[in-house]
Amino acid sequence: MHRYIPHTEEEIKQMLQEIGINSIDELFVDVPKTIDGYNIPEGKDEFTVRKDIEKLVKQNVYFEPENVFLGAGIYVHHIPTVVKHMASNPNFVTAYTPYQAEVSQGTLQMLFEYQTMMCELTGMEVSNSSMYDGASAFAESLLMATRITGKTKMLVARTINPEYRTVARTYTKPQGIEITEVNYDKSGRIDLAQLKNMIDNQTAAVAVAYTNFFGIVEDLKSIREAIPSNVVFIVVAEPVSLALLEAPGKFGADIVVGEGQSLGVTPNLGGPGIGFFTTLEKHVRKMPGRIIGQTKDLEGKKGYVMILQTREQHIRREKATSNICSNQAYIALINAIYLSTMGPQGLKEVAWRSYNNAHYLAKKLEENGLPRLFDGEFFNEFVVKVPESYRTKWHEMVKEGILGPIPIDRVYKELGPSALVCSTEVNTKTSIEKLVEVMSK
Amino acid sequence: MTIFEKSTCGRKGYELPPYELPEMSCALPEHLIRKEKPKLPEVSELDVVRHYTELALKNYSVDRGFYPLGSCTMKYNPKINEDMASLFTNLHPMQPRETIQGAVHLMGHLKELLCEITGTDDMTLQPAAGAHGELTGLLIARAYFEDKGELEKRKKVLVPDSAHGTNPASAAMAGFEVVELKSGSDGCVNIEELKAHLDDTVAVIMLTNPNTLGLFEKDILTIAKLAHEFGALLYYDGANLNAIMGRTRPGDMGFDIVHLNLHKTFSTPHGMGGPGSGPIGVKAHLAPYLPVPVIRKLQDKYDLDYNLPKTIGMVRSFYGNFIVMVKAYTYILTMGNKGLKHVSDMAVLNANYLRAKLSKLYKIAYDRVCMHEFVIDNEEFAKKTGVKTLDIAKRLLDYGLHAPTVYFPLIVHEAIMIEPTETESKQTLDIFVEAMEKIYNEALEKPELVKGAPYTTPVRKLDDVNATKYPVFRYK
Repeated sequence: MHRYIPHTEEEIKQMLQEIGINSIDELFVDVPKTIDGYNIPEGKDEFTVRKDIEKLVKQNVYFEPENVFLGAGIYVHHIPTVVKHMASNPNFVTAYTPYQAEVSQGTLQMLFEYQTMMCELTGMEVSNSSMYDGASAFAESLLMATRITGKTKMLVARTINPEYRTVARTYTKPQGIEITEVNYDKSGRIDLAQLKNMIDNQTAAVAVAYTNFFGIVEDLKSIREAIPSNVVFIVVAEPVSLALLEAPGKFGADIVVGEGQSLGVTPNLGGPGIGFFTTLEKHVRKMPGRIIGQTKDLEGKKGYVMILQTREQHIRREKATSNICSNQAYIALINAIYLSTMGPQGLKEVAWRSYNNAHYLAKKLEENGLPRLFDGEFFNEFVVKVPESYRTKWHEMVKEGILGPIPIDRVYKELGPSALVCSTEVNTKTSIEKLVEVMSK
Repeated sequence: MTIFEKSTCGRKGYELPPYELPEMSCALPEHLIRKEKPKLPEVSELDVVRHYTELALKNYSVDRGFYPLGSCTMKYNPKINEDMASLFTNLHPMQPRETIQGAVHLMGHLKELLCEITGTDDMTLQPAAGAHGELTGLLIARAYFEDKGELEKRKKVLVPDSAHGTNPASAAMAGFEVVELKSGSDGCVNIEELKAHLDDTVAVIMLTNPNTLGLFEKDILTIAKLAHEFGALLYYDGANLNAIMGRTRPGDMGFDIVHLNLHKTFSTPHGMGGPGSGPIGVKAHLAPYLPVPVIRKLQDKYDLDYNLPKTIGMVRSFYGNFIVMVKAYTYILTMGNKGLKHVSDMAVLNANYLRAKLSKLYKIAYDRVCMHEFVIDNEEFAKKTGVKTLDIAKRLLDYGLHAPTVYFPLIVHEAIMIEPTETESKQTLDIFVEAMEKIYNEALEKPELVKGAPYTTPVRKLDDVNATKYPVFRYK
């Protein structure tokens, strides 16, 4: 007997009798018995398990949000209490994929509303109901560009998050897709002249990040103007910034993807977050992932169902647009609750405060001998030149309770000693000034 | 009503602390500044609470009732798992390594436990879902053959016609050509059919064992021997691992690559479709190709190893769905060695009990002792009564139960695929049997009643044909 498994000895006997056998072992006659149990510990009671895991919890260091200046794709923002409470409802947590629409209207309506919110933020026409994370969403956007154009040459800005580019190479290699990276100029933006030179009639897509890994706001308008209209324009966007920055849809983006963790989700050691994936109606049949649509029931009442399923693996098998099945629906719920709570004003205020904090911090660092490396306009992250010894200092800051700007010169060797500084609305005047003091010491 | 219709311009549900820093001048060029605010809801905190509570009430869930979805393993999701996971949420993935030692230890230990459970030598926890694991496993196979100089000739992946749709889709994404194997008359892999397709152009054979009919591939040792004789790799789809724990391991059966669904066998919740977690275990000869980082024990300490020259790269950012891993880890510590065997024993007992009971009325496809699930073949009954599988599924909703998986596997027409899991009691199973009996009689006496179902759900049968034909993608 176990608290998760309800069978009594008597019931087991009755059930075996109903089946017409005498022992449990008879149910496994086809199975070659290769082991006699596992070489793992026996189960423990709840009290002991809790103690064991709490021991591991204590081996981590947790930072006060105001002392976190590390971003690089995962951001610490204030999460209203109501978000966690509403997302904890077991009818969300323990529900399956909405295969039976009539008893999944909560899930389906929530995802439909989530899709609407992502369309509003990105300025795009269609959103799917989630991908695994920003990196895999980006990788899938390149596969989709090949489906749209029939071409395999991708021009990808070197200022897209390095892990996103690694994942993209892993995903695209078997399809014979060739990724060429486009360098950045001294502003930290994509090198437009180089980009123009690289485009030819084999180019399937151009991909940039907005804001990019250096925190720089790319000029989407001049990039779109530089590329032919039949080349797919992919934008990897940071969703909080979109409350302040013009929507990529306004500049003629074909696909806008990104990581949605910053919309109400805790950092979670990087997972789960959520990949969002948006596009234009004309491309929707090439899109990966589940899409929820509005419909009516047989009495004319409004309802929601999964639509365009003939793109998906369970119908189309090897001809599907993607193999994705399980996605990150629960994280879409968190995004939707967060965006409902913050509204357009709240999100804009978060974006503006992040922007302003980062700009204040940049100015202070510069005054203290740590200048920015690029002169392009930035949102809430920027790269500073640091002394050789900074990496050691980065580790030492932990003692002061600071999770400092991450050194990035191992990934971008050509930059020399440098760090990516991040600030959001959770940093305070005191914590910012303390960071400046510690960094310039 | 949607949240957008509840919105009132100027209302708000948030509050930020007073802002204390001086306002910096904004140097963004005018055309990059947003002109129109996004039409997000403008509601109060209570509006948010009421809206999402109302939506939750329209959902079925494991916490509400029986969820016999075949191949989905909808078992109880223990509450302590959630509590333990909540202790790890505030870790940034790029924190200095020395500040995440507890988390790294947890992942390292979880990997060791899962390697022992699967009989594999090494593992990645990075894939975010089962299908993501499949893609990862096949990319590893691809890298392995490329390294051996055999990729040019090994283009094929063999997949049984009873396989999950993700198998062929993943194989295609990994750049392989998919060849479907016809199942034998006993529902299992037909050895002659396999032999006919097996040569040195085959890279991988993908199998689910037990298969999607709930039958154990009894010739698995022969299949493995054949595959390896021809230099092919054998891939294990772990969707159905819940049937065999404590008795055998995929690695022992000869599988080279094994994926797991932590959100199935290891009790983490499905969250309306995800996040899941799909670790990939491999035999030693495939370990050099795992995605980075790989977690290893060095002396007494776990660490992250990025130095794999032959790695396939990464399949997503960072370490995977870490929070899901914490839940699965909590579950394994709770159940332990004997507990996991008991899980499979009772899961298989429950399935066979339902099979025995339902076989009195319904035709079971391949009616013999099954593993953790079985399939009803409703084709004849549908012909006789006009009541199709879909109608039965919808009618079950009226009885307050979730429907089984329907129309899958594809090799059984009008299939009803039932997986009760071990956490359901005999009483619950009896309630399900009773509902199935009632529906059976209704189908004979009042077929129109069943065909009109459901009646008691928040909405009636929905028009999904027009929903796709004239799609409405968003609220306007």
